[in-house]
Amino acid sequence: MSSSRADFLSGVRVSLPIILGIVPFGMVAGVAAVSAGIPAAQALAMSVVIFAGASQLAAADLIGRNVPAAIVVLTVLIINLRMMMYSASIAPYFRKQSARWKAGLAYFLTDQAYAVSLMRFERDDETNRRWYYLGVATPLWVAWQFATVAGILLGTSVPPSWKLEFAVPLVFLAVLVPSVTDRATTVAAVVGGTTAVLAEGLPFNLGLVIAAIVGILAGLLVEEVA
Amino acid sequence: MAQTGFTPEMLWLIIIGAGVGTYAIRVSFIAFFGRLDDIPDWIERALRFVPAAVLSALVVPQFVYADGAISLSPDNLRLFAGGLAILVAWKTEDILATLAAGMGALWLLSFLFG
Repeated sequence: MSSSRADFLSGVRVSLPIILGIVPFGMVAGVAAVSAGIPAAQALAMSVVIFAGASQLAAADLIGRNVPAAIVVLTVLIINLRMMMYSASIAPYFRKQSARWKAGLAYFLTDQAYAVSLMRFERDDETNRRWYYLGVATPLWVAWQFATVAGILLGTSVPPSWKLEFAVPLVFLAVLVPSVTDRATTVAAVVGGTTAVLAEGLPFNLGLVIAAIVGILAGLLVEEVA
Repeated sequence: MAQTGFTPEMLWLIIIGAGVGTYAIRVSFIAFFGRLDDIPDWIERALRFVPAAVLSALVVPQFVYADGAISLSPDNLRLFAGGLAILVAWKTEDILATLAAGMGALWLLSFLFG
């Protein structure tokens, strides 16, 4: 039997290299929020309340373009819908936790915490699931908050010639490419991207939402035919 | 400093709406459904395409548009920087490397041709 403490620390060890990758991402999120005109307190609140990087970047981008609030919220939720899959896939491992613990554990669910924990749970039945997961997830949370604050502090002093706004699509790209794994996901990406370009002029940035829906349908269609 | 057209109250509403919705997505199966089998089949299949479709819709216009118009000419340096970043993302699957390659290429090209 492994102890809770050992499992927590073993989770922390796995999360450390991941932190190296998310720190620049968090800083970009902070800079993007401040450059979009979001006040510092609310930029930090986005990191604490939403706590989902790609969707925070999208929200900052859309807020900067004065898109209607409902479109901003809808876009965030569409981007974060993938977490429903994580929630479903990790749920059986948390079944024995109390309702209160489940509610707390869910808050820390991220791409990384999910992927790392699930790999361990599938391999090792003896792991204390709650503590291993928290060992992975809480350092990521702390690093994300500090990185966002660093970005917020930096944000106001970055000169436009640094073209830092280009970092936003680059971060999305780095998350996008690994999600393209077969023909159907490739079609979803190509159709989504092309539709977004063609629909760019639509009011309220509706083009983004339309492109997302059309891309998902295209992926489903290809999967159906194949 | 950029200004948004949103009042602070509106920004709080957006943040809370997006945060509560995102939390509901996270907690959904962990707290309420509990089994993978509980997801309707079509939702499970559609969710698979969410990251690819949404992220691509966010990225591609920012590579293709320059000064508010579609630009596929060599003048559009973001097209080249983005292309290189796609290559690096594909080879390394690393956020940091992709960021460095894309920003580095954009800075270098702007310095040489800007």
